[in-house]
Amino acid sequence: MNFALSEEQELLQATVREFVAKECPPQTVRAVFDGAREPVAALWHGLARIGIAGLAVPEEHGGAGLELLELALVAEELGRGAVPVPFLGHALATLAIARGGSAAQQKEWLPRLASGAARATVALAEDGGRWLPQAWGVELANGRLRGRKDFVPEAEGAELYVVGCAGGALALVESGTHARVTPQAALDRGRPLAALELDGPPAEPLGSADAARLIDAGCVLLAADAFGAAHALVRATAAYVQTRQQFGQPLAQFQAVKHQLANMALEIDPARGLWWYAAHAFDHAPADSARAAALAKSHVTDRAQQVARDAVEAHGGIGFTWECDVHLWFKRVMFDRIWLGAPELHRERFARLEGW
Amino acid sequence: MDLRFGEEYEDLRAAVRAFCAESWPARGDEARLPEREQAIAWRKRALAAGFLHRTVPRAYGGAGAELDVMAETVIRSELDRAGVPHRGVVQGTHMLVPTLLECGSDEQRQRYIPPTLCGELTWCQGYSEPGAGSDLASLQARAELVGEEWVLRGQKIWTSQADEADMMFGLFRTEPDAPKHAGISYLLVPMRTPGIEVRPLTMMQGGQDFCEVFFDGARVPAGNIVGRRGEGWKVSRSTLKHERMLIGDSNIVRITFDALLDLARRAQRGGQPAIEHPQVRQRLAEIAGYLATQEWSVARMLTAIHRNREADAASEMLMAKLFSTNVQQMIAKLALDLAPEAGLTEPRSAEATMGIGEFTPGRWVSNYMFSLAFAIAGGASNVQRNIIGELLLGLPRDRRP
Repeated sequence: MNFALSEEQELLQATVREFVAKECPPQTVRAVFDGAREPVAALWHGLARIGIAGLAVPEEHGGAGLELLELALVAEELGRGAVPVPFLGHALATLAIARGGSAAQQKEWLPRLASGAARATVALAEDGGRWLPQAWGVELANGRLRGRKDFVPEAEGAELYVVGCAGGALALVESGTHARVTPQAALDRGRPLAALELDGPPAEPLGSADAARLIDAGCVLLAADAFGAAHALVRATAAYVQTRQQFGQPLAQFQAVKHQLANMALEIDPARGLWWYAAHAFDHAPADSARAAALAKSHVTDRAQQVARDAVEAHGGIGFTWECDVHLWFKRVMFDRIWLGAPELHRERFARLEGW
Repeated sequence: MDLRFGEEYEDLRAAVRAFCAESWPARGDEARLPEREQAIAWRKRALAAGFLHRTVPRAYGGAGAELDVMAETVIRSELDRAGVPHRGVVQGTHMLVPTLLECGSDEQRQRYIPPTLCGELTWCQGYSEPGAGSDLASLQARAELVGEEWVLRGQKIWTSQADEADMMFGLFRTEPDAPKHAGISYLLVPMRTPGIEVRPLTMMQGGQDFCEVFFDGARVPAGNIVGRRGEGWKVSRSTLKHERMLIGDSNIVRITFDALLDLARRAQRGGQPAIEHPQVRQRLAEIAGYLATQEWSVARMLTAIHRNREADAASEMLMAKLFSTNVQQMIAKLALDLAPEAGLTEPRSAEATMGIGEFTPGRWVSNYMFSLAFAIAGGASNVQRNIIGELLLGLPRDRRP
């Protein structure tokens, strides 16, 4: 039994961590929050250069041929740095095509998606909170899609959309006049959201792809991202309370503060195994994949959110200002917790899958 | 990542399973022996087969095996499944035995280890005192060497099994003028010695799980010291690395959670089984998240130890005790909410003792209260938080007066 990363996985993660530390310090995230878009393109191209855009694309199509666990390890590092790049939507869309697309679809799209020459994203939610396939109404008929999707991540600039259709099928749509993008003022400004109005653009079914599997993968990536963000917040807060002085000593010297920090670490640190396993199950124990993904998503993102709330409190007044970095991670985690459905939804799914 | 144990361990699993099937429950004449004697006979067989305390050298009754945490895990899960009496009195098997192996004389090892492993000789731990809880090194019970004997005076408290154990291993102040950590010795005390009085303590739930032990001039031989005079603190810490063998034991929490699910299926809420109620399902799933977290942490720790890379799972190791305490308390709280009126009546005395028994309503009530002790016994939760803050997050140590 070996519940640990391989050397290659550790190396991948260290590479991304180094890239993020060097290329995306908090002031870069902050600049994006304040409206700059140039860093987003630069960071994304930098990541594509080290192979992140095509991680789960088979080697024959120019990717690295890796699995969901590797994507999740990258997500952890991007969460750790609150890195404002279009990774989530691109990774999910690419995974869906790589696993379920027809040979022709794969040949047409994967090489460009893997190199970063083109970008894709996923369009899933409808009517605000309808995240799961059984509640979708977008119809693919006569080769055309009609309906509306909400909360599409990084829709602007994507050339290709993987769209969830009624009944749980997926369809491929290229960007264009009949797929209108309307920005939705995302709270996490590092990951813009938009509505996608589908007014009959040409579309084709995405091979045999299954939206439920795509949602499992998304749950894992969100859990990993939230884990990275919360793990970083605990460390950032631990550093802050050692510098901030009150009553003539660092805050960290007060046991109440030390215990608050210990409780934060206790909530998040051991939870790594939940998304590790869920990622592993996606590729190696598919029968357990939905259950594990639902548990990882609901538990890790909920714990991460509490950690983020505690981090604000431990920072004192500065903690809830725009100028303090904490809100960058706080909002990152809010996105991770709510996108694809809040914990309550996935706990209920888990309960059903357990046969309760 | 590979979550299968592999052929070698599956063979071991099959061997343990076969051994359990043919060795328990006791048959023939043995089946007519008292429960304790049956357990001793079974433990002797399991020791000989190499499935119990296998890292203890052969000379002292073990199997002389290298520590292999994967093997320990596979064996323990099979023994738990089979319901055999493999969980002895841990104070002896998991605290005293490693201490003697580390610091005892050969004579002490020969004399005490074999009967302790099979359960013929049982032990209690004399550490805590009324004035020395988390600050254990401030202990005051004294041992004075008079001729060839230690003369003991003072009091111990929270001593599990003191009323049943044959022997105590305890910490006593033998060098009253030395600094607090340097004045302590580790002594072995026969409990039937005149001058020792044991009084059971009644807990809030009605059980008698701990005792107070009073020493009033009890005399034990001078040779009953482990290590040298004044080294008792060091001796008592020397066993910490052996606790690695206990890592991986989240089985008890899983068993309790399964019992909670069972309760949720039987209990009613709004005219339907509680497990169908949305709020109950949410709370169960939340606890399932914590329990899975604990189980995957255990898997990470086992892997890290197995690969000699313990630093990989440093945070899990520092957090294991506190985390487990919290999960058990969540289970205890939800159980009472599922059958609240049970909390209006007192548990029967059979339901009031700790440990796993049949999960009757009274036992859940008892568990609701007793689970609070997990936050105190074996390292208080607030002390655990200090350790996490200091060792994991690098926060400054508390100022010590």
